[in-house]
Amino acid sequence: MASETISTTPPRRLSNAYQNWYRFSRNPTAVIGAAIVILAILAAILAPWITPHPDHVGAVVNFRARHLPPSAEYWFGTDNVGRDIFTRVIFGLRISLLLALVVLGIAIPVGTTLGLLAGYFGGWVEIVIMRLTDIALAIPPLVMALAVAAVLSPDLINSMLAIAALWWTWHTRLIYSITRQLRTQEFVEAAETLGASKFHILFREILPNCVSALAVKTSLDAGFVILVGASLSFLGLGIQPPTPDLGTMVASGSAFLPDYWWESVLPGAAILIVALGFNLLGDGLRDLFDVQEVR
Amino acid sequence: MTNMLEIAGLTKLFPVRNRFGRKTGDVRAVDDVSFSIEKGKVYGLAGESGSGKSTIARMIMGLAKPTSGDILLSGHSITGETGTRAYGRKVQMVFQNPGSSLNPRRTVGQSIAVPLAAHGTPLGEHKRRIAELLEMVQLPTDFALRYPHELSGGQKQRVAIARALAVAPQLLILDEPTSALDVSVQARVMDLLVDLGQQLGLTYLFISHDLSLMRNFADTVGVLYLGKIVETGPTASVFEAPQHDYTRLLLASVPVISAEEEAMRPKIPLIDGEIPTAEQLIALRDGATPVSQRTET
Repeated sequence: MASETISTTPPRRLSNAYQNWYRFSRNPTAVIGAAIVILAILAAILAPWITPHPDHVGAVVNFRARHLPPSAEYWFGTDNVGRDIFTRVIFGLRISLLLALVVLGIAIPVGTTLGLLAGYFGGWVEIVIMRLTDIALAIPPLVMALAVAAVLSPDLINSMLAIAALWWTWHTRLIYSITRQLRTQEFVEAAETLGASKFHILFREILPNCVSALAVKTSLDAGFVILVGASLSFLGLGIQPPTPDLGTMVASGSAFLPDYWWESVLPGAAILIVALGFNLLGDGLRDLFDVQEVR
Repeated sequence: MTNMLEIAGLTKLFPVRNRFGRKTGDVRAVDDVSFSIEKGKVYGLAGESGSGKSTIARMIMGLAKPTSGDILLSGHSITGETGTRAYGRKVQMVFQNPGSSLNPRRTVGQSIAVPLAAHGTPLGEHKRRIAELLEMVQLPTDFALRYPHELSGGQKQRVAIARALAVAPQLLILDEPTSALDVSVQARVMDLLVDLGQQLGLTYLFISHDLSLMRNFADTVGVLYLGKIVETGPTASVFEAPQHDYTRLLLASVPVISAEEEAMRPKIPLIDGEIPTAEQLIALRDGATPVSQRTET
Protein backbone atom coordinates (compact mmCIF):
# COMPACT_ATOMS: atom_id res chain seq x y z
CA MET A 1 0.00 0.00 0.00
CA ALA A 2 1.04 3.53 -0.56
CA SER A 3 2.35 4.59 2.81
CA GLU A 4 2.43 8.12 1.49
CA THR A 5 -1.31 8.31 1.01
CA ILE A 6 -2.36 6.09 3.87
CA SER A 7 -1.27 8.36 6.73
CA THR A 8 -4.76 9.81 7.15
CA THR A 9 -4.74 9.67 10.93
CA PRO A 10 -1.36 10.48 12.43
CA PRO A 11 -1.01 9.27 16.05
CA ARG A 12 -1.94 12.52 17.74
CA ARG A 13 -2.32 15.90 16.16
CA LEU A 14 -1.49 18.88 18.33
CA SER A 15 -3.14 22.01 17.10
CA ASN A 16 -0.86 24.72 15.77
CA ALA A 17 -2.17 27.10 18.41
CA TYR A 18 -1.22 24.70 21.18
CA GLN A 19 2.26 24.08 19.74
CA ASN A 20 2.86 27.80 19.48
CA TRP A 21 1.60 28.40 23.00
CA TYR A 22 3.89 25.67 24.33
CA ARG A 23 6.96 27.20 22.69
CA PHE A 24 5.91 30.67 23.83
CA SER A 25 5.44 29.55 27.42
CA ARG A 26 8.98 28.11 27.50
CA ASN A 27 10.48 31.50 26.61
CA PRO A 28 10.94 33.55 29.81
CA THR A 29 11.56 36.83 27.96
CA ALA A 30 8.33 36.56 26.02
CA VAL A 31 6.30 35.51 29.06
CA ILE A 32 7.59 38.38 31.24
CA GLY A 33 7.03 40.85 28.40
CA ALA A 34 3.52 39.57 27.75
CA ALA A 35 2.70 39.67 31.48
CA ILE A 36 3.81 43.31 31.77
CA VAL A 37 1.90 44.33 28.66
CA ILE A 38 -1.29 42.52 29.70
CA LEU A 39 -1.10 43.94 33.25
CA ALA A 40 -0.57 47.47 31.91
CA ILE A 41 -3.52 47.18 29.52
CA LEU A 42 -5.81 45.72 32.22
CA ALA A 43 -4.75 48.40 34.71
CA ALA A 44 -5.44 51.13 32.17
CA ILE A 45 -8.88 49.76 31.32
CA LEU A 46 -9.87 49.13 34.94
CA ALA A 47 -8.25 52.29 36.32
CA PRO A 48 -11.41 53.86 37.86
CA TRP A 49 -12.14 50.69 39.85
CA ILE A 50 -8.68 49.59 41.02
CA THR A 51 -7.10 52.88 42.02
CA PRO A 52 -7.38 54.08 45.63
CA HIS A 53 -8.22 57.73 44.82
CA PRO A 54 -9.92 57.90 41.41
CA ASP A 55 -11.06 61.47 42.15
CA HIS A 56 -7.40 62.62 42.16
CA VAL A 57 -7.38 62.48 38.37
CA GLY A 58 -8.86 65.95 38.12
CA ALA A 59 -7.89 69.30 39.55
CA VAL A 60 -8.15 68.21 43.18
CA VAL A 61 -6.13 70.23 45.68
CA ASN A 62 -5.29 69.00 49.17
CA PHE A 63 -2.40 71.07 50.51
CA ARG A 64 -2.32 69.24 53.83
CA ALA A 65 -1.24 66.08 52.00
CA ARG A 66 1.28 67.55 49.55
CA HIS A 67 4.76 66.02 48.99
CA LEU A 68 4.02 62.98 51.18
CA PRO A 69 6.52 60.12 50.69
CA PRO A 70 5.33 56.63 49.60
CA SER A 71 3.26 54.99 52.33
CA ALA A 72 0.48 52.43 52.84
CA GLU A 73 -2.12 55.12 52.07
CA TYR A 74 -0.27 56.69 49.11
CA TRP A 75 1.79 53.88 47.46
CA PHE A 76 3.78 56.22 45.24
CA GLY A 77 3.51 59.27 47.53
CA THR A 78 1.70 62.49 46.67
CA ASP A 79 2.53 65.39 44.37
CA ASN A 80 2.82 69.12 44.97
CA VAL A 81 -0.93 69.62 45.33
CA GLY A 82 -1.53 66.52 47.42
CA ARG A 83 -2.82 64.08 44.78
CA ASP A 84 -2.10 60.32 44.92
CA ILE A 85 0.68 59.60 42.39
CA PHE A 86 -0.16 55.88 42.10
CA THR A 87 -3.69 56.71 40.95
CA ARG A 88 -2.39 59.22 38.45
CA VAL A 89 0.25 56.80 37.09
CA ILE A 90 -2.40 54.15 36.42
CA PHE A 91 -4.62 56.72 34.68
CA GLY A 92 -1.53 58.03 32.82
CA LEU A 93 -1.09 54.56 31.28
CA ARG A 94 -4.36 55.16 29.46
CA ILE A 95 -2.88 58.09 27.54
CA SER A 96 0.37 56.24 26.75
CA LEU A 97 -1.40 53.14 25.50
CA LEU A 98 -3.97 55.16 23.57
CA LEU A 99 -1.12 56.98 21.83
CA ALA A 100 0.54 53.68 20.87
CA LEU A 101 -2.78 52.27 19.69
CA VAL A 102 -3.68 55.25 17.51
CA VAL A 103 -0.20 55.76 16.03
CA LEU A 104 0.27 52.09 15.19
CA GLY A 105 -3.37 51.78 14.13
CA ILE A 106 -2.65 54.35 11.43
CA ALA A 107 0.96 53.43 10.66
CA ILE A 108 0.54 49.67 10.23
CA PRO A 109 -2.24 49.59 7.60
CA VAL A 110 -0.76 52.51 5.65
CA GLY A 111 2.85 51.30 5.84
CA THR A 112 1.99 47.69 5.09
CA THR A 113 -0.13 48.53 2.05
CA LEU A 114 2.50 50.84 0.61
CA GLY A 115 5.24 48.27 1.26
CA LEU A 116 3.25 45.52 -0.45
CA LEU A 117 2.54 47.72 -3.48
CA ALA A 118 6.17 48.88 -3.84
CA GLY A 119 7.62 45.41 -3.35
CA TYR A 120 5.23 43.58 -5.65
CA PHE A 121 4.82 45.96 -8.56
CA GLY A 122 8.32 47.45 -8.69
CA GLY A 123 9.05 50.01 -11.41
CA TRP A 124 7.52 53.47 -11.01
CA VAL A 125 5.31 52.44 -8.11
CA GLU A 126 8.38 51.32 -6.21
CA ILE A 127 10.39 54.44 -7.06
CA VAL A 128 7.65 56.84 -5.96
CA ILE A 129 6.75 55.03 -2.75
CA MET A 130 10.28 54.24 -1.63
CA ARG A 131 11.64 57.75 -2.33
CA LEU A 132 8.71 59.22 -0.37
CA THR A 133 9.60 56.83 2.42
CA ASP A 134 13.23 57.92 2.36
CA ILE A 135 12.18 61.57 2.64
CA ALA A 136 9.84 60.85 5.54
CA LEU A 137 12.50 58.75 7.25
CA ALA A 138 14.87 61.71 7.25
CA ILE A 139 12.58 63.67 9.61
CA PRO A 140 12.73 62.64 13.29
CA PRO A 141 9.16 62.07 14.60
CA LEU A 142 9.84 64.18 17.70
CA VAL A 143 10.93 67.16 15.60
CA MET A 144 7.88 66.74 13.38
CA ALA A 145 5.62 66.67 16.45
CA LEU A 146 7.32 69.83 17.79
CA ALA A 147 6.77 71.60 14.50
CA VAL A 148 3.11 70.55 14.28
CA ALA A 149 2.54 71.62 17.90
CA ALA A 150 4.17 74.98 17.16
CA VAL A 151 2.01 75.63 14.08
CA LEU A 152 -1.26 74.17 15.37
CA SER A 153 -1.96 73.85 19.10
CA PRO A 154 -0.09 71.61 21.53
CA ASP A 155 -2.52 68.79 22.23
CA LEU A 156 -2.66 65.04 22.15
CA ILE A 157 -4.50 64.64 18.84
CA ASN A 158 -2.01 66.78 16.95
CA SER A 159 0.93 64.95 18.50
CA MET A 160 -0.54 61.59 17.59
CA LEU A 161 -1.18 62.60 14.00
CA ALA A 162 2.31 64.09 13.69
CA ILE A 163 3.96 60.89 14.90
CA ALA A 164 1.68 58.67 12.83
CA ALA A 165 2.42 60.75 9.72
CA LEU A 166 6.05 59.57 9.92
CA TRP A 167 5.82 56.21 11.61
CA TRP A 168 4.45 54.26 8.62
CA THR A 169 7.86 54.51 6.91
CA TRP A 170 9.36 51.76 9.07
CA HIS A 171 6.56 49.38 8.22
CA THR A 172 6.81 50.26 4.54
CA ARG A 173 10.50 49.39 4.53
CA LEU A 174 10.01 46.16 6.42
CA ILE A 175 7.12 44.89 4.29
CA TYR A 176 8.80 46.08 1.09
CA SER A 177 11.90 43.99 1.72
CA ILE A 178 9.87 40.89 2.59
CA THR A 179 7.61 41.32 -0.44
CA ARG A 180 10.63 41.69 -2.72
CA GLN A 181 11.84 38.29 -1.57
CA LEU A 182 8.42 36.64 -1.78
CA ARG A 183 7.53 38.05 -5.20
CA THR A 184 9.75 35.55 -7.01
CA GLN A 185 8.63 32.59 -4.88
CA GLU A 186 6.90 29.83 -6.79
CA PHE A 187 3.69 30.10 -4.77
CA VAL A 188 3.25 33.71 -5.91
CA GLU A 189 3.91 32.74 -9.54
CA ALA A 190 1.53 29.82 -9.13
CA ALA A 191 -1.20 32.16 -7.87
CA GLU A 192 -0.56 34.44 -10.86
CA THR A 193 -0.86 31.63 -13.39
CA LEU A 194 -3.97 30.34 -11.61
CA GLY A 195 -5.68 33.66 -12.30
CA ALA A 196 -5.71 35.12 -8.78
CA SER A 197 -6.36 38.88 -8.60
CA LYS A 198 -3.62 41.32 -7.60
CA PHE A 199 -5.59 42.04 -4.43
CA HIS A 200 -5.63 38.34 -3.60
CA ILE A 201 -1.91 37.95 -4.23
CA LEU A 202 -0.97 40.98 -2.12
CA PHE A 203 -3.28 40.48 0.83
CA ARG A 204 -3.96 36.75 0.87
CA GLU A 205 -0.72 35.22 -0.40
CA ILE A 206 2.04 37.66 0.56
CA LEU A 207 0.63 39.43 3.64
CA PRO A 208 0.11 36.25 5.72
CA ASN A 209 3.84 35.59 5.27
CA CYS A 210 4.63 39.04 6.71
CA VAL A 211 2.53 38.63 9.85
CA SER A 212 5.28 37.28 12.08
CA ALA A 213 7.65 40.12 11.16
CA LEU A 214 4.81 42.62 11.66
CA ALA A 215 3.97 41.26 15.09
CA VAL A 216 7.58 41.60 16.23
CA LYS A 217 7.91 45.08 14.77
CA THR A 218 4.60 46.23 16.26
CA SER A 219 5.39 45.21 19.82
CA LEU A 220 8.89 46.73 19.64
CA ASP A 221 7.37 49.89 18.15
CA ALA A 222 4.69 50.18 20.82
CA GLY A 223 7.39 50.65 23.45
CA PHE A 224 9.14 53.22 21.30
CA VAL A 225 5.97 55.21 20.54
CA ILE A 226 5.21 55.35 24.29
CA LEU A 227 8.69 56.81 24.88
CA VAL A 228 8.22 59.41 22.13
CA GLY A 229 4.79 60.28 23.56
CA ALA A 230 6.27 60.67 27.05
CA SER A 231 9.03 62.91 25.63
CA LEU A 232 6.39 65.08 23.97
CA SER A 233 4.36 65.55 27.11
CA PHE A 234 7.58 66.09 29.11
CA LEU A 235 8.14 69.04 26.78
CA GLY A 236 4.54 70.16 27.36
CA LEU A 237 3.26 69.20 23.91
CA GLY A 238 1.13 66.22 24.87
CA ILE A 239 -2.16 66.13 26.68
CA GLN A 240 -2.67 69.19 28.85
CA PRO A 241 -3.07 69.21 32.68
CA PRO A 242 -4.90 68.32 34.83
CA THR A 243 -5.38 65.04 32.87
CA PRO A 244 -2.69 62.71 34.21
CA ASP A 245 0.12 61.78 31.82
CA LEU A 246 3.33 60.02 32.67
CA GLY A 247 5.61 62.42 30.74
CA THR A 248 3.91 65.49 32.26
CA MET A 249 4.28 64.02 35.74
CA VAL A 250 8.01 63.42 35.26
CA ALA A 251 8.38 67.02 34.08
CA SER A 252 6.41 68.65 36.94
CA GLY A 253 8.00 66.36 39.53
CA SER A 254 11.50 67.22 38.37
CA ALA A 255 11.11 70.69 39.90
CA PHE A 256 11.20 69.06 43.34
CA LEU A 257 14.20 66.79 42.83
CA PRO A 258 16.02 65.40 44.74
CA ASP A 259 14.01 65.94 47.97
CA TYR A 260 10.65 64.65 46.69
CA TRP A 261 12.21 62.11 44.27
CA TRP A 262 9.09 59.92 44.03
CA GLU A 263 7.18 62.58 42.14
CA SER A 264 9.25 62.15 38.98
CA VAL A 265 11.17 58.88 39.50
CA LEU A 266 8.12 56.65 40.01
CA PRO A 267 6.13 57.86 36.94
CA GLY A 268 9.43 57.57 35.02
CA ALA A 269 9.82 53.98 36.24
CA ALA A 270 6.29 53.28 34.98
CA ILE A 271 7.25 54.49 31.49
CA LEU A 272 10.40 52.39 31.64
CA ILE A 273 8.59 49.22 32.69
CA VAL A 274 5.82 49.49 30.09
CA ALA A 275 8.29 50.23 27.28
CA LEU A 276 10.49 47.38 28.51
CA GLY A 277 7.47 45.05 28.56
CA PHE A 278 6.70 45.74 24.90
CA ASN A 279 10.34 45.28 23.95
CA LEU A 280 10.66 41.98 25.80
CA LEU A 281 7.45 40.78 24.15
CA GLY A 282 8.81 41.79 20.73
CA ASP A 283 12.11 40.00 21.33
CA GLY A 284 10.26 36.95 22.59
CA LEU A 285 8.01 36.88 19.54
CA ARG A 286 11.04 37.17 17.30
CA ASP A 287 12.66 34.16 18.97
CA LEU A 288 9.42 32.25 18.57
CA PHE A 289 9.06 33.03 14.86
CA ASP A 290 12.75 32.45 14.14
CA VAL A 291 12.44 28.97 15.56
CA GLN A 292 9.50 28.36 13.27
CA GLU A 293 11.42 29.50 10.24
CA VAL A 294 14.36 27.21 11.03
CA ARG A 295 12.05 24.26 11.68
CA MET B 1 -4.22 14.75 -35.13
CA THR B 2 -4.14 18.39 -34.24
CA ASN B 3 -1.29 20.01 -32.43
CA MET B 4 -2.10 21.18 -28.94
CA LEU B 5 1.07 23.20 -28.65
CA GLU B 6 3.41 24.32 -31.34
CA ILE B 7 6.66 26.13 -30.69
CA ALA B 8 8.58 27.67 -33.58
CA GLY B 9 12.00 29.27 -33.43
CA LEU B 10 11.66 30.13 -29.75
CA THR B 11 14.65 32.10 -28.48
CA LYS B 12 15.37 33.71 -25.13
CA LEU B 13 18.44 35.84 -24.52
CA PHE B 14 19.50 37.00 -21.08
CA PRO B 15 21.84 39.99 -21.08
CA VAL B 16 25.23 39.52 -19.44
CA ARG B 17 26.41 42.60 -17.58
CA ASN B 18 29.79 43.44 -16.19
CA ARG B 19 30.19 44.78 -12.67
CA PHE B 20 29.36 48.32 -13.75
CA GLY B 21 26.03 47.22 -15.22
CA ARG B 22 27.18 47.60 -18.84
CA LYS B 23 25.85 44.97 -21.18
CA THR B 24 28.72 42.86 -22.48
CA GLY B 25 26.83 40.11 -24.32
CA ASP B 26 23.97 37.65 -24.20
CA VAL B 27 23.45 34.18 -22.85
CA ARG B 28 21.36 32.15 -25.26
CA ALA B 29 19.25 30.35 -22.67
CA VAL B 30 16.88 29.06 -25.33
CA ASP B 31 18.19 29.02 -28.88
CA ASP B 32 15.83 28.58 -31.84
CA VAL B 33 13.80 25.79 -30.28
CA SER B 34 10.94 24.26 -32.29
CA PHE B 35 8.72 21.34 -31.41
CA SER B 36 5.04 20.46 -31.29
CA ILE B 37 2.85 18.35 -29.06
CA GLU B 38 -0.14 16.45 -30.39
CA LYS B 39 -3.36 16.61 -28.44
CA GLY B 40 -3.47 13.96 -25.72
CA LYS B 41 0.21 13.08 -26.03
CA VAL B 42 3.16 13.47 -23.71
CA TYR B 43 6.17 15.39 -24.92
CA GLY B 44 9.29 14.89 -22.84
CA LEU B 45 11.84 17.67 -22.77
CA ALA B 46 15.11 16.27 -21.44
CA GLY B 47 18.29 18.03 -20.50
CA GLU B 48 20.57 18.82 -17.60
CA SER B 49 20.17 21.84 -15.35
CA GLY B 50 20.89 25.09 -17.15
CA SER B 51 19.87 23.70 -20.52
CA GLY B 52 16.88 26.05 -20.77
CA LYS B 53 14.09 23.60 -19.92
CA SER B 54 12.47 25.71 -17.24
CA THR B 55 12.83 28.89 -19.29
CA ILE B 56 10.76 27.28 -22.04
CA ALA B 57 8.09 26.34 -19.47
CA ARG B 58 8.07 29.86 -18.06
CA MET B 59 7.67 31.36 -21.53
CA ILE B 60 4.71 29.11 -22.29
CA MET B 61 3.13 30.17 -18.97
CA GLY B 62 3.81 33.82 -19.73
CA LEU B 63 6.11 34.21 -16.71
CA ALA B 64 8.96 35.14 -19.08
CA LYS B 65 8.85 36.90 -22.44
CA PRO B 66 10.42 35.23 -25.48
CA THR B 67 13.09 37.29 -27.27
CA SER B 68 11.80 35.92 -30.56
CA GLY B 69 9.81 33.02 -31.93
CA ASP B 70 6.22 31.88 -31.72
CA ILE B 71 4.23 29.81 -29.29
CA LEU B 72 0.93 28.56 -30.71
CA LEU B 73 -1.77 26.98 -28.58
CA SER B 74 -4.32 25.02 -30.65
CA GLY B 75 -3.07 26.97 -33.66
CA HIS B 76 -3.39 30.47 -32.13
CA SER B 77 -0.47 32.61 -31.05
CA ILE B 78 -0.38 33.11 -27.28
CA THR B 79 1.17 36.58 -27.54
CA GLY B 80 -1.06 38.91 -25.52
CA GLU B 81 -3.08 35.94 -24.26
CA THR B 82 -0.80 34.88 -21.43
CA GLY B 83 -1.73 36.18 -18.02
CA THR B 84 -5.44 36.32 -18.86
CA ARG B 85 -7.84 34.03 -17.05
CA ALA B 86 -9.02 32.53 -20.33
CA TYR B 87 -5.45 31.41 -21.02
CA GLY B 88 -5.09 30.05 -17.48
CA ARG B 89 -8.08 27.81 -18.10
CA LYS B 90 -6.25 26.13 -20.99
CA VAL B 91 -2.70 25.86 -19.72
CA GLN B 92 -1.54 25.13 -16.20
CA MET B 93 1.76 24.20 -14.63
CA VAL B 94 3.01 22.01 -11.81
CA PHE B 95 6.13 23.55 -10.36
CA GLN B 96 9.33 21.75 -9.52
CA ASN B 97 9.38 22.17 -5.77
CA PRO B 98 6.05 21.63 -3.99
CA GLY B 99 7.65 23.04 -0.84
CA SER B 100 7.76 26.50 -2.37
CA SER B 101 4.86 26.35 -4.83
CA LEU B 102 2.35 26.03 -1.97
CA ASN B 103 1.95 29.03 0.32
CA PRO B 104 3.17 27.91 3.77
CA ARG B 105 0.59 30.10 5.52
CA ARG B 106 -2.45 28.78 3.67
CA THR B 107 -4.20 25.47 4.16
CA VAL B 108 -4.42 22.95 1.35
CA GLY B 109 -8.09 23.78 0.90
CA GLN B 110 -7.37 27.52 0.72
CA SER B 111 -4.65 26.91 -1.88
CA ILE B 112 -6.94 24.82 -4.06
CA ALA B 113 -9.71 27.42 -3.70
CA VAL B 114 -7.54 30.09 -5.39
CA PRO B 115 -8.20 28.89 -8.97
CA LEU B 116 -11.82 28.07 -8.09
CA ALA B 117 -12.50 31.61 -6.90
CA ALA B 118 -10.58 33.17 -9.78
CA HIS B 119 -12.51 31.19 -12.37
CA GLY B 120 -15.99 31.79 -11.02
CA THR B 121 -16.91 28.68 -9.06
CA PRO B 122 -19.68 29.80 -6.64
CA LEU B 123 -18.47 29.98 -3.04
CA GLY B 124 -20.98 27.36 -1.91
CA GLU B 125 -19.50 24.75 -4.23
CA HIS B 126 -15.87 25.25 -3.18
CA LYS B 127 -15.97 22.64 -0.45
CA ARG B 128 -17.40 19.98 -2.73
CA ARG B 129 -14.96 20.78 -5.57
CA ILE B 130 -11.95 20.75 -3.21
CA ALA B 131 -13.01 17.32 -1.96
CA GLU B 132 -13.44 16.08 -5.55
CA LEU B 133 -10.01 17.36 -6.55
CA LEU B 134 -8.32 15.82 -3.50
CA GLU B 135 -9.96 12.49 -4.31
CA MET B 136 -8.80 12.83 -7.89
CA VAL B 137 -5.17 12.95 -6.71
CA GLN B 138 -5.85 10.16 -4.19
CA LEU B 139 -5.60 12.22 -1.03
CA PRO B 140 -8.05 12.05 1.89
CA THR B 141 -10.55 14.91 1.79
CA ASP B 142 -9.74 16.02 5.35
CA PHE B 143 -6.34 17.17 4.06
CA ALA B 144 -8.11 20.37 3.04
CA LEU B 145 -7.67 21.70 6.57
CA ARG B 146 -3.94 20.96 6.82
CA TYR B 147 -0.99 23.23 6.24
CA PRO B 148 1.75 22.29 3.77
CA HIS B 149 4.32 21.66 6.51
CA GLU B 150 2.12 18.84 7.83
CA LEU B 151 2.36 17.01 4.49
CA SER B 152 5.08 14.88 2.92
CA GLY B 153 6.75 15.95 -0.33
CA GLY B 154 4.67 13.53 -2.38
CA GLN B 155 1.44 14.68 -0.76
CA LYS B 156 2.35 18.32 -1.38
CA GLN B 157 3.00 17.61 -5.05
CA ARG B 158 -0.38 15.88 -5.28
CA VAL B 159 -1.97 19.02 -3.85
CA ALA B 160 -0.12 21.12 -6.45
CA ILE B 161 -1.45 18.79 -9.18
CA ALA B 162 -5.00 19.06 -7.78
CA ARG B 163 -4.71 22.84 -7.76
CA ALA B 164 -3.52 22.93 -11.38
CA LEU B 165 -6.38 20.63 -12.41
CA ALA B 166 -9.01 22.78 -10.62
CA VAL B 167 -9.53 24.85 -13.78
CA ALA B 168 -9.67 21.72 -16.00
CA PRO B 169 -6.79 22.74 -18.31
CA GLN B 170 -6.08 21.07 -21.64
CA LEU B 171 -2.30 21.34 -21.45
CA LEU B 172 -0.41 20.67 -18.23
CA ILE B 173 3.24 21.63 -17.98
CA LEU B 174 5.17 19.46 -15.54
CA ASP B 175 8.43 21.20 -14.64
CA GLU B 176 10.51 18.45 -13.01
CA PRO B 177 7.47 17.44 -10.94
CA THR B 178 9.29 14.65 -9.14
CA SER B 179 12.85 15.90 -8.82
CA ALA B 180 12.29 17.07 -5.23
CA LEU B 181 10.82 13.71 -4.20
CA ASP B 182 12.18 10.34 -3.04
CA VAL B 183 12.51 7.70 -5.72
CA SER B 184 9.77 5.51 -4.20
CA VAL B 185 7.37 8.46 -4.09
CA GLN B 186 8.35 9.56 -7.62
CA ALA B 187 6.97 6.39 -9.15
CA ARG B 188 3.57 6.81 -7.50
CA VAL B 189 3.28 10.45 -8.50
CA MET B 190 4.16 9.47 -12.08
CA ASP B 191 1.53 6.69 -12.02
CA LEU B 192 -1.02 9.25 -10.87
CA LEU B 193 -0.07 11.59 -13.70
CA VAL B 194 -0.43 8.78 -16.25
CA ASP B 195 -3.89 7.86 -14.87
CA LEU B 196 -5.04 11.47 -14.80
CA GLY B 197 -3.76 12.03 -18.32
CA GLN B 198 -5.87 9.15 -19.60
CA GLN B 199 -8.96 9.98 -17.56
CA LEU B 200 -9.02 13.66 -18.42
CA GLY B 201 -7.46 13.51 -21.88
CA LEU B 202 -4.65 15.85 -20.83
CA THR B 203 -1.75 16.87 -22.99
CA TYR B 204 1.53 16.97 -21.08
CA LEU B 205 4.76 18.83 -21.54
CA PHE B 206 7.02 16.85 -19.26
CA ILE B 207 10.29 18.50 -18.36
CA SER B 208 12.91 16.42 -16.63
CA HIS B 209 16.56 15.48 -16.46
CA ASP B 210 15.58 11.97 -15.42
CA LEU B 211 15.68 9.81 -18.54
CA SER B 212 14.40 6.66 -16.89
CA LEU B 213 11.16 8.48 -16.03
CA MET B 214 11.06 9.92 -19.52
CA ARG B 215 11.30 6.51 -21.17
CA ASN B 216 8.18 5.22 -19.39
CA PHE B 217 6.13 8.38 -19.61
CA ALA B 218 6.77 10.34 -22.80
CA ASP B 219 5.53 9.58 -26.31
CA THR B 220 8.01 11.91 -27.96
CA VAL B 221 11.31 13.14 -26.58
CA GLY B 222 13.34 16.25 -27.28
CA VAL B 223 16.85 16.49 -25.91
CA LEU B 224 17.87 20.00 -24.97
CA TYR B 225 21.54 20.93 -24.70
CA LEU B 226 22.67 24.49 -24.01
CA GLY B 227 19.37 25.90 -25.22
CA LYS B 228 19.17 23.91 -28.47
CA ILE B 229 17.21 20.77 -29.24
CA VAL B 230 19.95 18.41 -30.40
CA GLU B 231 17.77 15.38 -30.96
CA THR B 232 14.07 14.70 -31.15
CA GLY B 233 11.85 11.78 -32.09
CA PRO B 234 9.60 9.03 -30.75
CA THR B 235 10.81 7.94 -27.31
CA ALA B 236 11.61 4.37 -28.35
CA SER B 237 13.82 5.34 -31.29
CA VAL B 238 15.70 8.03 -29.35
CA PHE B 239 16.42 5.63 -26.53
CA GLU B 240 17.38 2.69 -28.76
CA ALA B 241 19.43 4.53 -31.34
CA PRO B 242 20.58 7.89 -30.02
CA GLN B 243 22.12 9.96 -32.81
CA HIS B 244 23.73 12.80 -30.92
CA ASP B 245 26.79 12.42 -28.68
CA TYR B 246 25.11 14.35 -25.91
CA THR B 247 22.05 12.06 -25.91
CA ARG B 248 24.36 9.06 -25.67
CA LEU B 249 26.14 10.62 -22.75
CA LEU B 250 22.86 11.32 -20.97
CA LEU B 251 21.66 7.77 -21.59
CA ALA B 252 24.93 6.26 -20.46
CA SER B 253 24.76 8.18 -17.20
CA VAL B 254 21.38 6.71 -16.24
CA PRO B 255 22.03 4.22 -13.44
CA VAL B 256 20.79 0.72 -14.32
CA ILE B 257 19.90 -2.23 -12.13
CA SER B 258 19.26 -5.21 -14.42
CA ALA B 259 21.36 -6.82 -17.12
CA GLU B 260 18.46 -6.26 -19.47
CA GLU B 261 18.75 -2.54 -18.97
CA GLU B 262 22.52 -2.71 -19.18
CA ALA B 263 22.11 -4.21 -22.65
CA MET B 264 20.18 -1.16 -23.69
CA ARG B 265 23.06 1.17 -22.98
CA PRO B 266 24.70 2.55 -26.08
CA LYS B 267 27.98 0.79 -26.89
CA ILE B 268 29.30 3.65 -28.93
CA PRO B 269 32.41 5.38 -27.58
CA LEU B 270 31.50 8.46 -25.61
CA ILE B 271 32.88 11.97 -25.53
CA ASP B 272 36.10 12.00 -23.60
CA GLY B 273 36.37 14.34 -20.66
CA GLU B 274 33.81 16.77 -19.29
CA ILE B 275 30.87 18.13 -21.24
CA PRO B 276 31.77 21.71 -22.15
CA THR B 277 29.92 24.37 -20.21
CA ALA B 278 28.39 27.44 -21.81
CA GLU B 279 31.48 29.55 -21.07
CA GLN B 280 33.79 26.95 -22.55
CA LEU B 281 31.65 26.78 -25.66
CA ILE B 282 31.93 30.53 -26.09
CA ALA B 283 35.69 30.23 -25.61
CA LEU B 284 35.74 27.42 -28.20
CA ARG B 285 33.89 29.60 -30.67
CA ASP B 286 36.50 32.30 -30.08
CA GLY B 287 39.27 29.92 -31.09
CA ALA B 288 40.56 28.37 -27.88
CA THR B 289 41.52 24.70 -27.69
CA PRO B 290 38.67 22.46 -26.48
CA VAL B 291 39.22 21.22 -22.94
CA SER B 292 38.71 17.57 -23.77
CA GLN B 293 41.27 17.65 -26.59
CA ARG B 294 43.78 19.42 -24.44
CA THR B 295 43.75 16.57 -21.95
CA GLU B 296 44.42 14.03 -24.70
CA THR B 297 47.52 15.64 -26.18
